[in-house]
Amino acid sequence: MAIVDSRTPDPKRFLSGATGDWEIVVGMEVHAQVTSESKLFSGASTSFGSAPNDNVSLVDAAMPGMLPVINQQCVRQAVRTGLGLKAQINKRSVFDRKNYFYPDLPQGYQISQFAHPIVGEGVVMVSVGPDRQGNFEEVEIGIERLHLEQDAGKSMHDQHPTMSYVDLNRSGVGLMEIVSKPDLRSADEAKAYLTKLRTILRYLGTCDGNMDEGSMRADVNVSVRKPGGDFGTRCEIKNVNSIRFVGQAIESEARRQIAILEDGGQIDQETRLFDPAKGETRSMRSKEEAHDYRYFPDPDLLPLEFDDAFVEELATALPELPDDKKARLMSEAGLSAYDASILVSEKAIADYYEALAKGRDGKQAANWVINDLLGALNKAGQSIEETPVSPDQLGQVINLIKEGTISGKIAKELFEIVFAEGGEPRAIVEERGMKQVTDTGAIEAEVDKVIAANPDKVEQAREKPSLAGWFVGQVMKATGGKANPQAVNQLVREKLGID
Amino acid sequence: MSVDTDTVHRVAHLSRIALKEGEAERMTSELNAILGFVEQLSEVDVEGVEPMTSVRPMAMRLRDDEVTDGGKADDIVKNAPATEDHFFLVPKVVE
Repeated sequence: MAIVDSRTPDPKRFLSGATGDWEIVVGMEVHAQVTSESKLFSGASTSFGSAPNDNVSLVDAAMPGMLPVINQQCVRQAVRTGLGLKAQINKRSVFDRKNYFYPDLPQGYQISQFAHPIVGEGVVMVSVGPDRQGNFEEVEIGIERLHLEQDAGKSMHDQHPTMSYVDLNRSGVGLMEIVSKPDLRSADEAKAYLTKLRTILRYLGTCDGNMDEGSMRADVNVSVRKPGGDFGTRCEIKNVNSIRFVGQAIESEARRQIAILEDGGQIDQETRLFDPAKGETRSMRSKEEAHDYRYFPDPDLLPLEFDDAFVEELATALPELPDDKKARLMSEAGLSAYDASILVSEKAIADYYEALAKGRDGKQAANWVINDLLGALNKAGQSIEETPVSPDQLGQVINLIKEGTISGKIAKELFEIVFAEGGEPRAIVEERGMKQVTDTGAIEAEVDKVIAANPDKVEQAREKPSLAGWFVGQVMKATGGKANPQAVNQLVREKLGID
Repeated sequence: MSVDTDTVHRVAHLSRIALKEGEAERMTSELNAILGFVEQLSEVDVEGVEPMTSVRPMAMRLRDDEVTDGGKADDIVKNAPATEDHFFLVPKVVE
């Protein structure tokens, strides 16, 4: 593939070395497990955490005479993902054998796609930031291709002093390998790209994106160069399994390469592993083992072909994607770009918000989700999926404010109670006497009390009307925050004779 | 097209085939004889002819996404030289 430099060097991304600035160049290959019930070429289950070798058919174990038959759902998912990446869909693609030996690869080859992948070039828009001013920068990252391939089995090396344990449950599970162009220029961009890609996959429902279960892994290609110069020699860091580690791996690998180059050395193109405990990469394979996969078309499989109608049908049924949803929330509900970005960042947050905002004020709903709900979840170390407050419960809280039953301040307390203890917000307000006092007589009595107790402040307030706020505060305090603030404000001003 | 002994050694290594002393030389001449035979095909003019992917023109069959197999770990590891708790055991490989 001819490498095209699509980016303009940007000094704020440079790393400084002893001999001046350096620019990082990163491209990624992301392996995303296709969401499907059964495997790519066999009828065994894809479920995670089953007993060893329980989800294995004779095809997956590469027993003699077994033949692969492709799962149409995996084909659909790959095409849907391609559409979500605004990519070229190839109506004819070919499966090849990628030959290598490893104990968790019983066939001795992986069925993959080499020269003719199912999906060609596409783009992902990535938001990098926020910077110190709270601004995000939109960067377009090119997709080179997406192809379907089989996953390998799993080896465990720590169970026995001289033997490795092999479980083939993952063997033959469908993967989408999504290859980016070398368009990334910093660890932050790489992290943002991976995050965005995962969001898109989750919106589409084509991959669950659970990196700790291995359903999404990244191979990261890193090189460095003098800004705007020729691309340097790259090293590939294999199987990085968290977004945070991707960032760390890129930083440490770039530093390692810069140190070698500044000492007058040169970079050997090689495969490396990231060691999270040490925070650095190490060489994985010696050079004489350099890979020669001897790809050739798999004679067990015909080319994969489909027509425009097949693609069209999938395109029509595609869900709204994060970028479109963000634009819609900004135009329909009048949300800021920042708020909309947060709400669409995870499908579960967007779903929660949309359930809450239905029939309610969009901005108010956004504030509650972003400031209160996400804040409380973050503090409790919980994800949106684990929220103890349902959209319906939070919706009731907002309704109670709108009806004038509770004040905004009481609403925050009510939210905390529902978050900690659960329950029906309306019932809690009744039981715990949190209703706003709207009875003017009762409020008036409190206002009179405060005025009578503070004749000096009354004098001052006549001179300086802004002091009315102090009286309002006192009345609110005396009523335990339950008085209607507007009513109090009005009465205070009347009684003090200011308008 | 022809291969030399070094290439034969490399291909054998990639295929994990052990060659005994002297075998590489014999394999080199055998492989070159095969390559020479196959080379005759390039005499045929195939300009504009689509590569044939199957004897009968047909589209690849696709299956429904259903779990129809599995649950036979006993069978899967039955022929393995060493197993434990339905895992295959192989000489330790760590990278």
